[in-house]
Amino acid sequence: MVKKEIVQILVGIDGNTVLSGARKIKSRLITEISKQGLEEQVSVIETGSIGPVDKGVVIALYPTGEVYGQVTEENIPEFVQERLIKGRVYKKLLLEEKLPADIDFTSYDSRQTQYFGRIVLDNCGRINPEDIEEYIGMGGYEALGMVLKEKTPEEVIKIVQDSGLRGRGGAGFPTGLKWCFAAREKASPKYVIGNADEGEPGTFKDRLIMEGDPHKVLEGMIICGYAIGANTGYIYIRGEYQLSIQRLNKAIQEARRLGLLGRSIFGTDFNFEVQIKIGAGSYVCGEETALLNSMEGFRGEPRFKPPFPAQVGFLSKPTNVNNIETLANIPPIILNGAEWFKKFGTADSPGTKVYTILGHINRPGLIEVPMGITLREVIFDFAGGVWGGEFKMAQIGGTAGDILSREVLDVPLDYKSLQGAGHNLGSGAILIMNDSVSIIDFLHCCMKFFVHESCGKCSVCRIGTVKLSESFQRLREKKGYPDELEHIKELAQGLKLTAFCPLGQSVATPLLSALKYFSAELSEGINPKKKPNSLLSLSG
Amino acid sequence: MIIQEIVHKYGNKRENLLQILHEIQNKSERNYLSSEVLQELSEEMKIPIADIKGTASFYTMFSFVPRGKYLIRVCESPPCHLLGAQTIFKAIEDKLGIKEGETTKDGLFTLEGTSCLGICGVAPAMMINEEAYGNLTVEKINQILDLLLEKERKE
Repeated sequence: MVKKEIVQILVGIDGNTVLSGARKIKSRLITEISKQGLEEQVSVIETGSIGPVDKGVVIALYPTGEVYGQVTEENIPEFVQERLIKGRVYKKLLLEEKLPADIDFTSYDSRQTQYFGRIVLDNCGRINPEDIEEYIGMGGYEALGMVLKEKTPEEVIKIVQDSGLRGRGGAGFPTGLKWCFAAREKASPKYVIGNADEGEPGTFKDRLIMEGDPHKVLEGMIICGYAIGANTGYIYIRGEYQLSIQRLNKAIQEARRLGLLGRSIFGTDFNFEVQIKIGAGSYVCGEETALLNSMEGFRGEPRFKPPFPAQVGFLSKPTNVNNIETLANIPPIILNGAEWFKKFGTADSPGTKVYTILGHINRPGLIEVPMGITLREVIFDFAGGVWGGEFKMAQIGGTAGDILSREVLDVPLDYKSLQGAGHNLGSGAILIMNDSVSIIDFLHCCMKFFVHESCGKCSVCRIGTVKLSESFQRLREKKGYPDELEHIKELAQGLKLTAFCPLGQSVATPLLSALKYFSAELSEGINPKKKPNSLLSLSG
Repeated sequence: MIIQEIVHKYGNKRENLLQILHEIQNKSERNYLSSEVLQELSEEMKIPIADIKGTASFYTMFSFVPRGKYLIRVCESPPCHLLGAQTIFKAIEDKLGIKEGETTKDGLFTLEGTSCLGICGVAPAMMINEEAYGNLTVEKINQILDLLLEKERKE
């Protein structure tokens, strides 16, 4: 007997699940449901990523919050029969994850460790990202209305400053302060840029945010535009992110249709337009001044700072560049207030952080957790532990990130604690490796990445990355010079001190941390019979 | 001709150069920017051709040599490397008889290495044109390529 309750089936459609045939599954579900005459009770809804990313096609059931993975077309008749008609949980495909049945913000415990995040990703996997009505139904664009009707730009900036939100692109610069710099400038026009050139290997949080909840990004941008006095926004997005581009375009059209973009938004005299600019394959363009050059149609080489983009940015006008995740934090902060936001995370780094967790772990995917959670919790609570061996190391923040060993498993992951341990949080990628990985081989791969992505503007980076890659090639072949590690260290420090932009400087990050924790293993690549090579030395 | 139209569509401004180059390349039969086309664009936009080439060559998505109908881009970044990207490269090279950077004689496939594609959750991964493929194994590669070859044989 069919239960009378209304059931919603969410089908996660994103870059990963489309590969496994998610669209076919969706249409098969609809056919099967109508075959059984259940159209009235059951609706099938397309949504963004539901969370798990290595489980094939993932679907979720509302209101129960059950999540099923590895769904295939063949399973569907049985699934409909068992779950929808007989009302039994379909154990065969049931996953451990569960969606929150209903969210109650007031009773939120900031250390609560649930698979699902609350601030940035609260709509991802729960609403149809291509339907603006659903976003509005979840309180979307309410923050914008409130801002335009009740708050001055100064008040908006004050809320963002009070919230303590820091840029989520990697550097962790206070967002409110950045807005303040741009707001202060007199020149016009001004621009807001959403940085979606997510190129840091292992990072795909912005993609899933844009695919799962594009309107939240737009709303954040419009609010920023109002706060700093800009009427034009651009989203600079990498060319590979086709689905994100498609969904953002759709979102822009819909917002325009409802008058949330364009002239006289909410009947006020505030106008705002958003356009998408597509990148063309360059890692360094994630750096904000390189991004500006690329947007202007030039080689994406970084610019000298100062002047900062807030003074001289896109087309030499005051420009505020924010990461996509940062912008997605804005509407909830405005709606709930700075104090609410500070309940999450730590005193120095309030809020949550979206991480992509990957590598040799049982449950790779996307998590949003409070700032200050430890690496141990990430690996063993969220990632389901390590497969194929013991935990050896993790690289946080992408290829330009620190390599951490077991010794730092219990350091809280927030900006301040990590800095205290001499490390950086970076972009949000956490790559976890088991003991089958050779540190030499891994670093060689990292160096080859930098050789490819170095823009060539400054010689320390252009030549230094090649020299470092050669060093690791020698170590791999066990032909390293006896003083090879000293030279690597010297060169890394040289890059850190003298490279023109953060890309070149950050080449040192994985190297110096690896030298700290894994120097014994690195020494195994040295051939003691060789003579020291003074030609490698920078000072020699 | 078409170049003029594309320039007109985006607006003849330097800041639209990348979008214009994207569209020209997408519309070219062999998925590349030929010297003739760039010459024409240079005249249309009043930007020296050396400048256009200098800009385009900075970005990995643009090519100055003809490429195959199917552009295979295999991710070489550390997350995919850890989970076996090298095996994937080898499998494609064996199957198609080309090395990285080369195009098959029939003009169907070009194999390129690329930096992170942002689909690391399903590493090792690759893209063929705009389609992404993840959790790759040697068997899966053979299946994917066989399907494309089959499709081409029919056409």
